[in-house]
Amino acid sequence: MTQKVKVAITVNGTLYEREVEPRLLLSDFIRHELGLKGTHVGCEHGLCGACTVLIDGHTARSCTLFTVMVDGSDIKTVESLGTMEEMHPIQEAFSEVHALQCGFCTPGFLMTTVEFLEGNPNPTAEEAREAIDGNFCRCTGYENIVEAVQLAAKKMAAH
Amino acid sequence: MAEKYVGKSIKRNEDRRLLTGNSTFIDDINLPGMLHVAIKRSDFAHAKINKIDVEKAKALPGVVAVYTAEDLGDYWRPGPLQVPPPSVIKGAIFNARPLECIAKHKIRFSGEPVAVVVAENRYIAEDALDLIDLDVEILPYVGDLEKTVAPDAPLIHEDLESNLAADVVQEVGSWEKAVAEADVVVKKRLLVNRVAGAALENRGIVVNWDSNLSLLTVWATTQGPIPMRNSIAKYLGLLENQVRLINPAIGGGFGPKIMSSQIDDVVIPWIAMKLKRPVKWIEDRRENFLATTSERDQLHYAEIALKKDGTILGVKDIFYHNTGAYNPYGMTVPLNTQAHTVSNYRVPNFLTEIKMVFTNQMVVTPVRGAGRPQGVFVMERLLDAAADELGMDKAEIRRINLLQPEDFPLRTGIIGQDFVEGVLDSGNYPYALEQTYEKIEYEKFKKEIQPKARAEGKYKGIGITMFTEGTAVGPYEGCKVLVGVTGKVSVVTAYSNQGQGHYTTFAQIAADNLGVKVTDVDVVTGDSGQWSWGVGAFASRGITLVGTAIHNASLKVREKALNLASKLLETPVDELEMEDGVVRVADMPEKFISLGDLAMRSNPTRGTVEPGMEPGLEAASYYGPPHGATGFGCLAMIVDVDPETGKIKIDRLVVTDDCGQPVNPMVVDGQLHGGLQMGIGEAFYENLVYDDYGQLVTASFMDYLFPQATDMPDKFEIIHSQTKSPLNPLGIKGVGEAGAIAPPACMMQAFEDALGLKDMFITESSINPSKLYHYVQKAKSA
Repeated sequence: MTQKVKVAITVNGTLYEREVEPRLLLSDFIRHELGLKGTHVGCEHGLCGACTVLIDGHTARSCTLFTVMVDGSDIKTVESLGTMEEMHPIQEAFSEVHALQCGFCTPGFLMTTVEFLEGNPNPTAEEAREAIDGNFCRCTGYENIVEAVQLAAKKMAAH
Repeated sequence: MAEKYVGKSIKRNEDRRLLTGNSTFIDDINLPGMLHVAIKRSDFAHAKINKIDVEKAKALPGVVAVYTAEDLGDYWRPGPLQVPPPSVIKGAIFNARPLECIAKHKIRFSGEPVAVVVAENRYIAEDALDLIDLDVEILPYVGDLEKTVAPDAPLIHEDLESNLAADVVQEVGSWEKAVAEADVVVKKRLLVNRVAGAALENRGIVVNWDSNLSLLTVWATTQGPIPMRNSIAKYLGLLENQVRLINPAIGGGFGPKIMSSQIDDVVIPWIAMKLKRPVKWIEDRRENFLATTSERDQLHYAEIALKKDGTILGVKDIFYHNTGAYNPYGMTVPLNTQAHTVSNYRVPNFLTEIKMVFTNQMVVTPVRGAGRPQGVFVMERLLDAAADELGMDKAEIRRINLLQPEDFPLRTGIIGQDFVEGVLDSGNYPYALEQTYEKIEYEKFKKEIQPKARAEGKYKGIGITMFTEGTAVGPYEGCKVLVGVTGKVSVVTAYSNQGQGHYTTFAQIAADNLGVKVTDVDVVTGDSGQWSWGVGAFASRGITLVGTAIHNASLKVREKALNLASKLLETPVDELEMEDGVVRVADMPEKFISLGDLAMRSNPTRGTVEPGMEPGLEAASYYGPPHGATGFGCLAMIVDVDPETGKIKIDRLVVTDDCGQPVNPMVVDGQLHGGLQMGIGEAFYENLVYDDYGQLVTASFMDYLFPQATDMPDKFEIIHSQTKSPLNPLGIKGVGEAGAIAPPACMMQAFEDALGLKDMFITESSINPSKLYHYVQKAKSA
């Protein structure tokens, strides 16, 4: 019934050429078309930040973008970071200071942290707190996430 | 046995898969041929259904089926009740009106399901919702807790005489006597607001019916997998083992995910069997706000009787409790309120009455705290009002009334949510108060910091409040522990995990008893195919009940392993030790057998066995306490109120918490952090608000203010107190709800202290910048 549109989108270094409905949300494209389920959907109205990914290096809410809007873009999801065997320093930091509990919001926090630390490799606690203010977490009270962001900065500097 | 793990902060076993996107949450499950459901919900709060026309929706390409209550035939039924009526309490009235999975004749709240669309994908299913015509006769909405039981109120359930859902009176001692002896009686009308659980992951269910195997596999985000399994089996005519209910990874629970007999667990399995295709339903955020349960919303008429010196003689609390349109979760929440009102102080006379009322609003069931914050709010506010009346210090009035360590165990005479007369099992409340008092520098704040700030035009105030957390109630939980042929250990339970860290804390207990690494213990939660029995994740009971069962089961396995090793190594058991994954002769470390080899040998394949022999290094255990274990603590905060904007900053937050023996202190701190965040949210940010027509006007994160990072204090300063529970061998108590209990009471006291107005008394558990600004203006003109 709906005409499909061709898109070519690079996700985590792989180019995907697909035909999608114009209304397909980017979050659904990433999760259900590409099977990259680390990106989570918490509110579908751009507030909670669980679906945060990097589009051409900048954080964006994948639940409030249509896939066709990012045709030609380069996207990074949580799967672009570390693996179970070898985690990224940001992931290591989150585990070390218990900055996650249920883990549902965590991929959004990780991607937010990636962009933030690129611009500010040695943040104060206040700056780190401000940086994650747009991501919701119900489990942790944020204190340990602030600490994890700072610890991640130290780990990345040491790499 | 060396306690290598219990009591230690260690990194969590589950973190790696969660951090790398390798956990499977409910919406991550996709099965071949799977269909998708969207639910048509009523926009009306109260209406009689004339006709639901689904023909246009059915005709939409891609739609496979549309069902209403009529289509369910005899399968449609209300309920059952998830928690039984409180018949154990003398004179209790309870008008059971269990949840209707889909409205049949009548709509009783905005958001109630009226039809279900099944389609090839979710987009089409949602398109079809707009094509369903709902012909109704609109009835007057009733949402006010007092007006709903007025004689002329429209009836929500016409077969009842009024909208009274329950009435429960409990009295200890005599309130009349307290009043007769009192120098002063202080009365307050106190309002507790309504908040959402708001787990970051919404609810969901995926069902697959295999007719050849007669096996219904259900993946669900429920906090109570076994009761849900039993209910699905009963109504679909299946045996328990023909329904395999699996919890995938769950993105937070906080209470509302415990509800069953809702549209998802009643109707989706029925559809999967009928259509013989896998079916998925994922709740969206709007549905979660509108129709998933929420909590608080009570109106209290409370009184406290005291002597001139501040000694409490009695408390009376008559309160209205909104249960919403139905009361499927029984009296759990308001009974918790009653039980927690008098749990910190000596209150010789206590009269309390619950008037549970129906309204045209979403159903109320526990949200982290579950009635406890209301009881604590009432008691703490009464003490503040009494202190004002008597010219006493807020900390001092608490100090002189606290229960003392020698008072425990204390029978309270109040029957709680577990239908058992309350027993406070242990505690050291004065320690909690004094530690907090010292740490936050209460006296220095009052004498130096506050006056100095005030001189600079800053409004800073302090609050100090006590709380208890009744945790770890029965009836029971259980588990199975196995040492496998690889030497690794399996712990299997049907308890539900929503992020509490069970994959680590449960493993810590087993690892200590079996001499293995904690990373070599694999924990399964919430899979009825692997472990068939349990109750559910509520009342902060996981680590205490399941943890104790694991402790007991792993000791049985240890004994089995040692007995077998004793035979194989020809050495008496008392000369053996179990460490590093082997059983060895204590003074001959080269003489050993690995746990894996023992496991292999524990299943003989030829020969005969001794009578009563049980194969495998495996054992099951159940644990049920006689009553709950009492966590407790003291919370103090210093707040700064911006007089220009009514915005606030929490300068300091100090909490002393006692949850007995912590299994993993890092995880305990995490639970406190999250609880405190919810409590702060409730007091200043979060609020579920209905308009005059029964429409929820805060049904998105645009309107419902979720507490964010910059709303929190820089640090939660936590002091640990450890009063071990005498009820279980490890001395554990729960902690899941502790943080969420006291913040509203504490913050209101702190706001009043900050503004220093003589006649200012906040009677609500939730305030916001505009209300606070109003008070600031009054303070300035005073």
